[in-house]
Amino acid sequence: MKNSIGRDLPEVIEGYGQPIPYSGAFEARPAMRRQAPKVKTIHPRDQKLVDTLEAVFQQIPITDGMTLSFHHHFRNGDGVVNQVLATAAALGIKNLKVALSSVFPVHETLIAYMKSGVVTALDTNYMSGPVAKAVSEGVLATPVVLRTHGGRARAIECGQLPIDVAFIAAPAADEYGNLNGVQGPAACGSLGYAFPDAEYADHVVAVTDYIAEYPLAPISIPQCLVDYVVKVDCAGDPRGIVSGTTKITKDPVGLKIAAMAAKVIEAAGLLKNGFSFQTGAGGVSLAVAHFIRQRMEQEHIVGSFALGGITGYMVDMLEKGFFKKLIDVQGFDLEAIRSIKTNPNHLEVSANFYASPFNVGCAVNRLDVVVLGATEIDVDFHVNVVTGSDGVIMGGSGGHADAAAGAKVTIVVANLLRGRLPIIVEQVLTATTPGETIDVLVTERGVAVNPQRPELLRQLLAAGLPVKEIQDLKAMAEKIAGVPRKLTTSDRVVAVVEYRDGSVIDVVRQVHQ
Amino acid sequence: MSEAGKRTVGQAGTLESNDVMITVSPGEEGSGISIELTSIVKEQYGDAIQKTVQDVVGEEKCRDIYITVVDRGALDCTIRARLLTALLRAGVVQKKEVI
Repeated sequence: MKNSIGRDLPEVIEGYGQPIPYSGAFEARPAMRRQAPKVKTIHPRDQKLVDTLEAVFQQIPITDGMTLSFHHHFRNGDGVVNQVLATAAALGIKNLKVALSSVFPVHETLIAYMKSGVVTALDTNYMSGPVAKAVSEGVLATPVVLRTHGGRARAIECGQLPIDVAFIAAPAADEYGNLNGVQGPAACGSLGYAFPDAEYADHVVAVTDYIAEYPLAPISIPQCLVDYVVKVDCAGDPRGIVSGTTKITKDPVGLKIAAMAAKVIEAAGLLKNGFSFQTGAGGVSLAVAHFIRQRMEQEHIVGSFALGGITGYMVDMLEKGFFKKLIDVQGFDLEAIRSIKTNPNHLEVSANFYASPFNVGCAVNRLDVVVLGATEIDVDFHVNVVTGSDGVIMGGSGGHADAAAGAKVTIVVANLLRGRLPIIVEQVLTATTPGETIDVLVTERGVAVNPQRPELLRQLLAAGLPVKEIQDLKAMAEKIAGVPRKLTTSDRVVAVVEYRDGSVIDVVRQVHQ
Repeated sequence: MSEAGKRTVGQAGTLESNDVMITVSPGEEGSGISIELTSIVKEQYGDAIQKTVQDVVGEEKCRDIYITVVDRGALDCTIRARLLTALLRAGVVQKKEVI
């Protein structure tokens, strides 16, 4: 069958079931109730502190076929997933589903557990490095489910991703299960992605290397949700958890794109008091913030809030008064941690608050502008951020599709050529974010406006921006680089790409070896 | 064509992104043209790169050489320039013929 953007889906996907075809960004009308979490009680004298992961496995008990969930706030410094799975392997447990909000190169050990049958299913929003490559090469018999950050929260809360045990890597905990992300050697800032897991999992285990005196303050995840606290020697490597400082790009082409994106925002009439903004931590995205800031300074504009993954650059804008608030689901650097710890205008929010489509209002809905990247974008403005030029998985939506759907204006910034490869193609290999939620593409050689936005087109033309048809930009790139031959894939589905509402926007098929 | 005795191994280019490193080794009389290609965009542009290399070799009327192409996403004009320079350094073509 084909979904509404023409992507070919199998009628039944082995190991996944019947896909609900994507039918439009705002078409899904949920007719269900939320998953009711298990009701629990403990005796007033009961202790939650457990000496080892092994003891937790035995007390719960964790058995074959369960779903274990993890958050990715420790990014490439995470030590918890590997320690938990090593424990599972040592106890001879098989057929686990790992629901890890993002997979990083540090999780390479997963591959061995997949091969030995300890882990047989993976549910994630983003994956890079060796695991992504192994999945692309077919290491798992069942396809990986790739969700958006908002979609994962939705799936957990609506009972589509039931979690047996949530292992929450906690930078700081007290012995009664209060947790925060801002103290201890593995401080990571916001714990936003772990909130749905803590609320809805049958069992919640905090894993920490820093136990503070009761009661912990501040509290991000409260004691009433946490069953066990395990102290390990090391929960994570701070060098992999936070980057030192995030810097704007020095690449002249990147700067040109960023400057043009800032002009697009201004031409769209959005740069005024109360402006709200999301951008990534990448060099070009951050450069857009830099140019926006210059204009805000010149025009004495005070924005409302900046959202998303928070970097030191955004913290500086908060502290200098360019934005009144930061809404933070994930912090990227030491400055973001310092700020969320000390500044009441720097808010920690859950993945649900940030981006779930199935609640009565998530934060992305309040965005004026989001600036996003793309691996590929096609002439219908559909964006791929899942697979690379070799067809191998190298990312995932994360918040991409969520923010694109919510923002008034969604801007994709990209070099016209990445290496030799044109960024604009006839049809993206893997659709991640639907074109109906993308408004403008900004490249170094011109700006293309989605034909569904005639008013925006008029505004950009009136501002004298170099507006071109997306087809013309594509032809321009092909004239320089030549027309690339299309990648061929096999029929075997290695990943199912769910849109934020749970419908299937595309599948990733295994590439020929 | 230069004298066969002056022919040696010639190399041009780098392994930077958007560049290509080409090594030309003169072979025995009658060994023909061999091209060994590795490229980060082999799926998309492998055939195009092969054709460009063959075109240049044909235009320069080269014979009996082994060409190693390590491509990092170079454009056609870069591949041509690097190959011509490698051929020049190998003594396979003469400077005046290139410019």
